[in-house]
Amino acid sequence: MARLDPLALAGAKAKGKRPFFLDSADDERLLNILLVVVQELAVTRERMDTIERLLAQRGVLTAADIEGFAPSKAEADARGAWTQEYIARVFRILQQDKEALVTDDDSAEEVADELAKV
Amino acid sequence: MNAPVKPVGRLKKASAASRKPVSAQRRYDGPPDYRVVGRHGVYPETSHDEIARFNFLAHMNRHLSTQLMPGVAKAFEVRVEPSFKKNNSRPFKDRHEVRKALLNEPMFQWWSALRRATMETRQQAGRWVTLRQADALNARAAALVDRDRLKLNPATRLPRYVSAIDHHCMPGSYHTELVDGDVTGAANYDVGIFATTGGMLGLYNDGGGQAIAKWIKETLPSLKPKRILDLGAGLGHNVLPIAQAFPEAEMVAVDVGAPMLRYGAARAKSLGVDNVTFVQGDVSDLSQYPDESFDLIHSCMFLHETSMTAMPKIFKETYRLLKPGGLVLHVEQPQYDPKMPFFEQAMRDWDAFYNNEPFWTKMHEIDLDRFMVEAGFPEDSLMHGGVAAVVDPKVFPEAAKDSKQEDYGRKAAWHVVGARKPAKAKREAA
Repeated sequence: MARLDPLALAGAKAKGKRPFFLDSADDERLLNILLVVVQELAVTRERMDTIERLLAQRGVLTAADIEGFAPSKAEADARGAWTQEYIARVFRILQQDKEALVTDDDSAEEVADELAKV
Repeated sequence: MNAPVKPVGRLKKASAASRKPVSAQRRYDGPPDYRVVGRHGVYPETSHDEIARFNFLAHMNRHLSTQLMPGVAKAFEVRVEPSFKKNNSRPFKDRHEVRKALLNEPMFQWWSALRRATMETRQQAGRWVTLRQADALNARAAALVDRDRLKLNPATRLPRYVSAIDHHCMPGSYHTELVDGDVTGAANYDVGIFATTGGMLGLYNDGGGQAIAKWIKETLPSLKPKRILDLGAGLGHNVLPIAQAFPEAEMVAVDVGAPMLRYGAARAKSLGVDNVTFVQGDVSDLSQYPDESFDLIHSCMFLHETSMTAMPKIFKETYRLLKPGGLVLHVEQPQYDPKMPFFEQAMRDWDAFYNNEPFWTKMHEIDLDRFMVEAGFPEDSLMHGGVAAVVDPKVFPEAAKDSKQEDYGRKAAWHVVGARKPAKAKREAA
């Protein structure tokens, strides 16, 4: 069975020419990047919140334990894999620009007219 | 981030560290935590971070509809409309003029840019979840499916209304198979729709189907269908509640997308629903079924994803397939009634042009009643109703009671258009 690479496929472009709304398409690209940074901050915040609540409940760790932590090789590799996924997620819009270079999709405007014809 | 998931009034005793005076806590009325979503046998596994991503996206969508959308309405009122009237010495003549004027309004531009970005980010989040476990998901689906409950026909011709554009920015749409036996597209739809609707579709994202089943039981208590057909069934989330409401009936759920049907059949099996067969086909030509094969035919949020050439064919096929006295029901967002302000019509058109639902605009302006009559249904058999998602109100937000949110097209409240074939069909007319 062919292996699917989520790093490459998760951010695939949907068929249909992408509309841009801001006066500068570059501003909108940056907005998309920023949105995901905002998202991932929320994700991290939620995870930290879980951890902090569990730690507080169980009283197993102190702040000093966290400050003094150093990852092993395997632990550092796991962190690196996470960072790769993170970056692919953040820069999804550029992947879709790249994919649009080799497609010739109709816009929804054009397809609406076509599909509306009797 | 410390907002409790449980509704106010049912808060458990907080730990001493996080306890605050009740009066100091802001009343929380946002989406529930993602973990309330029901998990059937083919539901993807989700990690803590993946869940947090869907939580964030649900909140983004709610922020867009409750906080930013009113800004678009205000900008239209104070800037866009006065400026158009001044420059053209006349009011807007239709929704398209309104939408094109809005495209130059910064509030609309930023709201639109964020809404599109949020949808694309939701797709990436869902695809990540499903693609990283594709092999396991596909294997789980294959193991669950009863062979006689899944009828795939790879020769099914893909209608242009599906192949032209990926609906709601869902890469690969309903039909793309990345590997043999693929269900990942359907799993992505299922796992992420919570984010788009803020949990308004309930435990199994089936609040629409629950609403229709309830509406049928209340409106037509004597209806006892033996055979039911669902058009554009997708992964069957709105099919199963109807199948469960009529356990004696045999139900056929048709869609063009094989991944949807595989996933749907596996999902139905794991939820213990055993009276639905998932069939791959084009609903404008179901010639494998003889005339008068079904007592009830249903579609939910499907017609707006077809086309002006396909829809009359679908209606004619529906008429042919119904038994005398049989009932058809289509569930959709409300039509663009002449009384609906052009601004609302333009906002409702957003999904058509900017969320890849291109037939949405034309479909909502036409006279559906006339199409039904032209397909053969008597005018005096037409029926209209309104339904809102039926969910467990202790856990999920209720669309029917949500006055804060008007998302112009995404709210979980719909219109029903129905008709009955005459009890004795006039065969001589053919």
